[in-house]
This record gives sequence, C-alpha cells and structure tokens, in this order.
Amino acid sequence: MTLPAAAFSPSSDFVTACYIVAFSLFIIGVRQGTHPTTARRGNLIAAGGMAIAVAITLSLDVIGNGVLILIGILIGALVGAVASRRVQMTQMPQMVALYNGVGGGAAALIAWAEFRHQLALGGDIPLDVMIPILFSAVIGSVSFWGSNIAFAKLQELISGRPIGFPGQHIVNAVLLAAILAGCVVLSANHDSSPSQGLFIAVLIAAAILGNLFVLPIGGADMPVVISLLNAFTGLAAAAAGFALDNVVLIVAGTLVGSSGTILTIAMSRAMNRSIGNLLFSGFGAVATGAAAGGEERPVTSIGAQDAAIKLAYADSVVFVPGYGMAVAQAQHAVKELANELEKHGVRVAFAIHPVAGRMPGHMNVLLAEADVPYEQLKEMDEINPEMPQTDVAVVIGANDVTNPAAKNDPSSPIAGMPIIEVNEAREVIVIKRSLSPGFAGIDNDLFYEPNTSMLFSDAKQAAADIAWEVQEL
Amino acid sequence: MDLMTEITIFVLAAFVGFEVISKVPTTLHTPLMSQTNAIHGIIMLGGLIVIGTADGTLDKVIGTIAIAFGTINIVGGFMVTDRMLGMFTRKPKPKADAESKPSGSSPAGGSDRPDGG
Repeated sequence: MTLPAAAFSPSSDFVTACYIVAFSLFIIGVRQGTHPTTARRGNLIAAGGMAIAVAITLSLDVIGNGVLILIGILIGALVGAVASRRVQMTQMPQMVALYNGVGGGAAALIAWAEFRHQLALGGDIPLDVMIPILFSAVIGSVSFWGSNIAFAKLQELISGRPIGFPGQHIVNAVLLAAILAGCVVLSANHDSSPSQGLFIAVLIAAAILGNLFVLPIGGADMPVVISLLNAFTGLAAAAAGFALDNVVLIVAGTLVGSSGTILTIAMSRAMNRSIGNLLFSGFGAVATGAAAGGEERPVTSIGAQDAAIKLAYADSVVFVPGYGMAVAQAQHAVKELANELEKHGVRVAFAIHPVAGRMPGHMNVLLAEADVPYEQLKEMDEINPEMPQTDVAVVIGANDVTNPAAKNDPSSPIAGMPIIEVNEAREVIVIKRSLSPGFAGIDNDLFYEPNTSMLFSDAKQAAADIAWEVQEL
Repeated sequence: MDLMTEITIFVLAAFVGFEVISKVPTTLHTPLMSQTNAIHGIIMLGGLIVIGTADGTLDKVIGTIAIAFGTINIVGGFMVTDRMLGMFTRKPKPKADAESKPSGSSPAGGSDRPDGG
C-alpha cells in the first residue's frame, strides 16, 4: 500500500517486534484470566503488554502534537484511575459499560479523524482504507451510545424497564439500511471527494441506532448487552488497525472481538436464552402487567425475631443473594448472620444464580469481599438438587432468579430461564423492601406461596436485626 | 502491510480469541469481560497516530478527546479488573500480623473498600 498514512505506521522492525511482544502478552493475559488462581496475574500481564504498546508508539518520531497527547493521557489516566478507585463493588457493571463506551467513542473519533486526514490528502480514498474507517466509525458510534444507555439503565438514571415503541424493529432496520447505503455511497464515489457531511450523518444515524438498540432491552439482560458491545468495540479497534496499518490494533481488537463473542454466548446460555431472542424481543414489557396490577393477593409477613427463630433451629439454611443485597451493601451483615447461624450448628450455603445481580459473578465478588469461604458458594446446578432437603431458603434482594413462573408458566416472559428453586425448600424467607417487581418487571409468584414469609426491610438492616436476634436466643 | 497479510492476521487472531476463552467459570465472566474491555483500549494508539497528522483545531480536538477516551478505557479497565480480582485472592488474614509488618504501609490501601450504605 502506498498511502501516505503508512508513513505513520511502525516502519522499523523494532517497533513491530515490540507490538508482537505486546499482543502476545494480551493473549497470555486473557488465557490466564480464565482460571481463578492466575486471573489477577493475567490482568497485570495484559496491562504490561499495553504499557509496552503505548510506550513504543509514543517513541515514534512521526508522533506530533506532544502537548495535546500529554493532556489527553493525563485527563484519561486521572479520570480512569479515580473512577476505578472510587467505584463501589455494586457499581462495577455500569463502570465496565462506561469504559467500554469511551473505547467505542475513541474508535469512532479516530475513524472520523482519519477520514478527514484522507480527505486532506485529496480525492480518492482507497477502498481498503475507506471500508475499515466506515466500519470503525459505525460500530464505535453504536458501541458508545449503546454503552451509555446500558450505563444509564444500570445506574438507574433511566428506567431499567424495556423502553420502546411499536414498530421499533422496523425503524431500526430502516436506520441500518440507511447507514449501509450511506457507507456504500461514501466508498463508491470515485469521481469526487466523499462528502464529510454524509460521513457525519452516518455517524449520527449509528448513534441513534445505538440508543434504539439498547433502550428496549430490560435491565436484567444488560450484562449480556455490555458483553456484546465489548466485542463490538474490539472489532471497531481491529478495523481502525486496518485503516491505520497497525498490527497490534488488529490483533488486540480481533482478540477482544472473538473472545467477547464467546463470553456473550456463555452468558446468554447461562440465562437459557438465545442472543437473538434477548436482543430483539424485549423483556415482555406489558404482557404481565395485568397480573402485577390486578387482584391483591395475600402474603405472609414476618418480623426479624420470628425469622431468627426459624433460622437458628434449622439444620440447613441457603442464602440466595441478589441485586438487593448489592445495593444495600449487605454482604458483610449477611456474612455476620451466617457466622451466628453456624455457631448454632446450622449448615449454611450461598446459592449463586449465574446472572444474579447485574452481572455474572457479581455476587461472588461481593461475598468474597465479605470473606465468605469459597466452599460455601454453590452454583445453581449444584444447589437445586439440595433444595428439597433445605429447611429454610433466605432470599436476600433476589427476585426474578427465584421466580417459579420461569418453570411453571410458559407464557411468562422469563419462561425457560433456569432459576434457583427456593420454592422447593421447606420454608422460604424473602427479605425485600416491598412487593415491587424485579428488573424484568414481572410479578413473582414465590411471594404468595403458603410456605413463603416476607420480611419487608432493607437487606442490610434485616440481616443485622436477625443476626442480633439469633445472638439473643 | 499487505492487505492480504492483514486479513490473515485478523483471521488467525479471531481463532486465537475463540480458543483462548474456553471453559471459563461463571465467577470469572465479569472480570474477564472487564479485562478484555481494557485490552480494546489499545484503540488509544490510533489516537496517537491520527493526532500526529492533525493540523486544524477540529482535528486536534478530535484527537485529544480520542486519546483521553482511550486512556480512560485502558487505565480504568485494568484497575477495575484488578480490584475485582483482588476480592478473590485468599487473604493471609491475621490482621495483627499485617499491621506489624513493615511493608504494611501500602499506599491508599484503605480506600479500596467501599464505604457502605
């Protein structure tokens, strides 16, 4: 390729060698990230690879505008470092969404800058540069806006419920067609310089598509969406690598694109849903509204003292934590309660639904923070057969992942999603602030079952109260 | 680089990505997603390259924002992943020991913990 941009690509073998070291470290890092004992080291290895790649790129003598680079890096490093130190464990998922978003935004901006650079060089932009530029711009823009919506939903800046309007799929399809048409016009135009106005229009259309694409998806499905957008951003980075002739961008971006796709599939499989179903169905926004708002059904309410008695005299207790535990920061209080129960000779376990909380592994992180021993954390498939022998199941701020409708009611929007079968336990105590439906926006039959008692309270307060009552026994 | 060479690299890297993520325990889904998320911060290099040719104000602004965004992606991504994974490491607990150790003065060690409520 004889494009002038090549003048800014790594020309010397040394730079390329450094890039090869860098992407090798990425691959090793990701590999180690798949195993619990090596994951942390793997992350550091990948970070080391990144440091090498950035340092060697900065040392290229074609790199100009040093002051601006310094400003950009300083701002970015400061924001990134402060945000990741300050963020609470409960807010990790939206943090990942935000970081993914800025990555996508960077890809779109870089594509735009490179497009302007190519325009300035005059005339015809070769296809093998133009196509990756457009790809990077469109995917980056979708990823940026989609991630921002995911962030806003998880942060509850906007409702976690699906937001949509009739015919939205058609609007999305039209938008996509328009974007593709714009891209074709931009690349096919050989007679004159491609129009920058059209390029910006394509960027904006992609931004709208990113918004419309994520808005109708329920908050409970956000983790999968973030994972998918993560893979998207990886591909946008790879495309930028094609446009800029940069090997480490191609390898690292593709690595994220393909591994992110596998992760996305693994996550949606954990929810027993296909990606297509999850992305294009929306989580039954209105279908079950009638049941939720309809007749008042009786529930059994219970106080901390009664709950303490039930728990202290049980042989086995299973805690089922959910997002409610995370928001209330109740993990330490729950661990205290578990300690008290163990003193009374109760066998304690924690049942972790793969998608409890707002991300797979969310509950594991929180409980590990509270020093709950690894052996007490049981995955869903492990704990469900034990449920019928369990005396009391305590649901702490979990909702949809315990809803028996997923098994019993084929018309339910969450039908087919595997659940923790707490209704099989002899007794169920649900700690929850109110009867309000969960993230999927549907009512939970569990609350109305005869062996279920509701303890209406903040999760942290309730756990502390029960622990105190247990101590008094 | 030759376009065909680039495509070759792309396809091989895609297979590496598919192969490298096999049998991940659910627990590690989130940290791994966060780590790969940090890795696509490599896009920041693109910002370094394009700002090299930037002359006009708009080009400079675009480039600077792209670099800042990419750096947030890298720094935040790796740090947040490290914090998540730090939760999993088995702490060699006894607190009295940790305090008596001379190396116990880890910088900002205390701020690692959320403040609760």
